[in-house]
Amino acid sequence: MQKSGTKSKSSAGQFFAELTRKPIFIPIVALLLLAIFNLVMDPGFYAIALNHNSEGYPVLSGSLITILDNGSELAILAIGMTLVTAASGGQDISVGAAVAIAGSVILRVLCGTETQPESLQAPVIVAFLLACVVAMLFGAFNGALVAFFRIQPMVATLILYTAGRNIAAWINQNRLPIVSEPSFGYFGGTIPGIPIPTPFFIAVICVAIIALVLKFTTLGLYVQSVGINENSARLNGLNPKLIKILTFVILGLCVAVVGLIKVSRISTINYSVVAKDIEMDAILAVALGGNSLAGGKFNMAGSIMGAYTIQFLTTTLYKYNVPSEALPAYKAVVVIVLVVLSAPVVKARLGALGKKLSSKKNTAKEVG
Amino acid sequence: MATSSKTAAAAKQTKKKVSLSDQNLLLVITIVIFLVMYLGAIIFLGGGFRNAQNLFNILMQQSALIITACGMSLVMITGGIDISVGGVVALVCMSCAVCLDYMGGNVPLSILVALGIGLAYGVVQGFLVAYLEIQPFIISLAGMFFARGMTTIVHSQPFNVENEAFAALKNTRIIVPGMGNTNRLGNYVDAYINIGVIIALLVVILLFVMLRWTKLGRAFYAVGGNSQSALMLGINVKRTKFIAHLMCSLLAGVAGYAFFLYVGSGSPSHASGMEMDAIASSIIGGTLLTGGVGNIIGTFVGVLSLSTIQNIVSSIGLDDAWWTGITVAAMLCLFLIIQSVVTSRKKD
Repeated sequence: MQKSGTKSKSSAGQFFAELTRKPIFIPIVALLLLAIFNLVMDPGFYAIALNHNSEGYPVLSGSLITILDNGSELAILAIGMTLVTAASGGQDISVGAAVAIAGSVILRVLCGTETQPESLQAPVIVAFLLACVVAMLFGAFNGALVAFFRIQPMVATLILYTAGRNIAAWINQNRLPIVSEPSFGYFGGTIPGIPIPTPFFIAVICVAIIALVLKFTTLGLYVQSVGINENSARLNGLNPKLIKILTFVILGLCVAVVGLIKVSRISTINYSVVAKDIEMDAILAVALGGNSLAGGKFNMAGSIMGAYTIQFLTTTLYKYNVPSEALPAYKAVVVIVLVVLSAPVVKARLGALGKKLSSKKNTAKEVG
Repeated sequence: MATSSKTAAAAKQTKKKVSLSDQNLLLVITIVIFLVMYLGAIIFLGGGFRNAQNLFNILMQQSALIITACGMSLVMITGGIDISVGGVVALVCMSCAVCLDYMGGNVPLSILVALGIGLAYGVVQGFLVAYLEIQPFIISLAGMFFARGMTTIVHSQPFNVENEAFAALKNTRIIVPGMGNTNRLGNYVDAYINIGVIIALLVVILLFVMLRWTKLGRAFYAVGGNSQSALMLGINVKRTKFIAHLMCSLLAGVAGYAFFLYVGSGSPSHASGMEMDAIASSIIGGTLLTGGVGNIIGTFVGVLSLSTIQNIVSSIGLDDAWWTGITVAAMLCLFLIIQSVVTSRKKD
């Protein structure tokens, strides 16, 4: 994981002023606030116990492990969503539906036309690769609508959002195939002998890959330049259309990985519920990460932090017995507070206020 | 203009009429496609489509959607978007239902509750979007989350309202003279509509008049078309955006009551996906997402097209639930591509 800019500064005031300007500042503050809240209310939140699951293998349990486990899907999607947001200045709202399609494809390949086959009809890797291809094709479809027909991303993906779950149901003819093979459950559960849930490792691998890609290729630079000014990117010899489609295809790849985790968790699929509202959480993760939703510069580490922050919030709320249907209301309040605090207008006002109040001190603390 | 279309353009100019603008062209395309679809259904499917009552049923089912889609068009014309409307509709339904059945309220009070929720939503969202300049998408996304969550906090289980005064209002049928038909037994059955349809039609007419002939309506188009030049023309851009969001949320409150009148129950899952249907109807009706172009009549036809295609799909026997979603998506795709082609044609 990347550290936020901790360049050694002479004074703490300067350091804070520098830090508040970093995009990663918002998720870190949000995460810290949540962490302190939990520590004050109930330190037991951080307890991690080593239990044994029904098959006798050791597994770690505790709220932190739950966050790492359930936040993985969101973190993986946030990677793709950040790139799409940066390149096209819009968001893909069809990821939840696309996850349903990817999951459905995986089950279709694994189970064939039977509802509960004795053995798998094809190796998991084949099913996964096919799901990747399908999800990337749908990504390319979204990308083509955005790049060639210049439709706003949100609206272009509205098509797949409307159709996606229906297509997922159609792929399996509305059957609900069940995979009985235990090894299929490893991707969403735990591998015997390793006490940490596998989705976390998958997320780490994805993050590592994207970190390497951003470090050693020009993808990040190209995506940002297309997002900042498409015309000047084109005049500089880039192909903005291709890059936009590429970001959507990368998001498709992320969707396929999430689809695998989702179906592996329960060994079957529920077309109308699987990954429901995950698109909203993924967009929130990007916004929380300090990225502009209008495109341009992006901060991948911020988005991933944002994803885990959202999961942290969800888990905290569950701990206080908030029913899952009422969860969105609390999330919404948190989001509005964060977005209002990070709005340029409010920031400017607060900044001016801070300068007035503490002209001798320059520790401009904006968030209370 | 390209040389090839010179003659066509000249011919139109002689009629002292500017060649069909984007706005009118999109509207005409929508209306033509709707008519072709409906006539096709009458000719090839016959049956129910031949009765006027079928059209009225669509209107009754979709009265809430018509109202929300009109509000959505207003916001989209000013260049924004509001995806909280479906949540507001559900929240209004649930609050009114609880107000009537558990709090001992009466019908006028429940109407006030509906309008109050819409107004509160509009003020908050409008303020955040217009004066704090936060992206409308993210604000209304949070608004949608909030409304959906609040709905379950107000009451978590779906239930039917048993208030008598409300039931009387719900079952009020307004007979449309001369549109009835004879049923299989040879008896004449009157065609009817309900109160929701009247509200919806009133909203459509009022908004059409407002957009076309008032200063505020023209300000909406100006702000959506180019907010910089609107500012230079002396239009208060922030206030215009605020009013657009206020009206959209208020209309969502009204739509919530219309929906409540139609279903007569409160449930957290009411109106799920209505925001997307409203956006889709607006787009099909020729409203451009980039702002500045749109027409309330188009939106109205958009809602009708959307429900007609759903009706057609279910009556030609593609009963499997997924076909409806897939056809609606295909239709949306088609209209988006038409829009894109029409608007880019001008620039070349």
